[in-house]
Amino acid sequence: MTALVVILSFTAVLALVLILGNLIVKGASSIDWAFFTKSPVPAGQSGGGVANAIVGTAIIVGVAALIGVPIGVGAGMYLAEYGSGRLGFLVRFIADVLNGTPSIVVGIVGWTFIVKPTGHFSALAGSVALAILMIPMLARTTEEMVRLVPNSLREAALALGYPRWRTSLKVVARTAMGGIVTGCLVGIARIAGETAPLLFTALGNLNFTVNVNQPMQTLSLQIYVYATGPFDEWHRIAWASALVLMGLVLIISLAARWVTRQRYGSIR
Amino acid sequence: MVASANTRLRLETAHLTALFGQHRAVRDVSLLFPANTVTAIIGPSGCGKSTLLRCLNRMHELTAGATVDGEVLLDTVNIYAPDVNPVELRRRIGMVFQRPTPFPTMSIYDNVAAGLKVNGRKPRPELDDAVSRALQQAALWEEVKDRLHTSALDLSGGQQQRLCIARAVAPQPEILLLDEPTASLDPAGTQRIEELCHALKRLYTIVIVTHNMQQAARVSDCTAFMYLGSLIEVGRTDELFTKPKVEQTEAYITGRFG
Repeated sequence: MTALVVILSFTAVLALVLILGNLIVKGASSIDWAFFTKSPVPAGQSGGGVANAIVGTAIIVGVAALIGVPIGVGAGMYLAEYGSGRLGFLVRFIADVLNGTPSIVVGIVGWTFIVKPTGHFSALAGSVALAILMIPMLARTTEEMVRLVPNSLREAALALGYPRWRTSLKVVARTAMGGIVTGCLVGIARIAGETAPLLFTALGNLNFTVNVNQPMQTLSLQIYVYATGPFDEWHRIAWASALVLMGLVLIISLAARWVTRQRYGSIR
Repeated sequence: MVASANTRLRLETAHLTALFGQHRAVRDVSLLFPANTVTAIIGPSGCGKSTLLRCLNRMHELTAGATVDGEVLLDTVNIYAPDVNPVELRRRIGMVFQRPTPFPTMSIYDNVAAGLKVNGRKPRPELDDAVSRALQQAALWEEVKDRLHTSALDLSGGQQQRLCIARAVAPQPEILLLDEPTASLDPAGTQRIEELCHALKRLYTIVIVTHNMQQAARVSDCTAFMYLGSLIEVGRTDELFTKPKVEQTEAYITGRFG
């Protein structure tokens, strides 16, 4: 039995090792300073980089987090602190269904409600689609984290004459903060690699732009276009982009770990 | 002491019944808590003593399905009257729980100041004074005065419990409710809390719930014995423990049940 478990866990780890190893072998040689600072050059030429995609990823994911974190964490607080009734049940059910929705469906929703009415693809539409993916994840992890706060702390605050909302904010949320921040970082790492919801919304853009009303490139879209393209040079860049994206997600995950360990000792 | 003429009445329950759904955890209890005395509530586990205590600052009703019948009079005002705001009421009645409950994200200083800040911003010097006064009342000042801004979780269990007492007395409440405050402490920690009860009764009216009869005998002026949700007997502590009037009381204090 133990041997079986060891083999299975080894297999799980092996997948990550293979992916990372493959990416490093095929992508690392293409990464240089220009890769991070230059925009793509026309097909057929060599050189250039993916600065537009890196900045685009940061902007689209950043805006998605700005929209998704307050709503997701707020909903999670509500579910944990007040969500014992019928409305709480409904919100929890909807969050679970949303959590299981295929991300390409969310992309189509973004296209229907933002791209079509405004008449053009935009980074903002991409951010909204990613935020929709993020909200149910954050709501449920926040709820779990807040539920870990011992009830005795709530009672202690209420006995001091704290109103309910202030107890939730000043004592409960602060105690669960480490877990909530970790949940947010994990959620951000999740959406940073999403491609499907962005195909119909942010679309992609071979030029450098910071205008959220314009189509914008992300690393995931870059990989999608370049990996399926006909040029060896493109394939090379796609591998390198994949390595950068993987590294980015890894860094965010490590940051989540670090927050859990260092900042707030109390819970998890 | 119970009925001496010049004792100001502080707190009184009148036909108080506390329910969890249909279950009556406290049954028709009428009890006086005279000012500046320590009243102990004793009785076996599940006799409703903690529930009774939680009715005195309206914490009982925070449990889902919990309701209260009857009255609790604080200076002759029924605290269950519709115009009484329970949040403001709890600022006048401090409470300390079985296990120490320091707020883990706050420093020692901020823990003690927590109940002061809830009433609105206060100037820093005023806050400093109140915090040091509360810590002195809780006999913790000497041990923590050099590390007020470190985490409250670094304190020992007994120190944490005294911190909770400091937090409860900092807003200068009128009543102090102690719910088995020494249940999780070692003998040394227990002794310090008991000494505190003696010292603090000059300032506050204290109600202490305990399942430890020796403790009740040591710290209290009056003792109430509860059994199965009902008040069986109440009297001066020295009389109740030496000459109990009811047979059940005698059986309990001599260790024949409970």
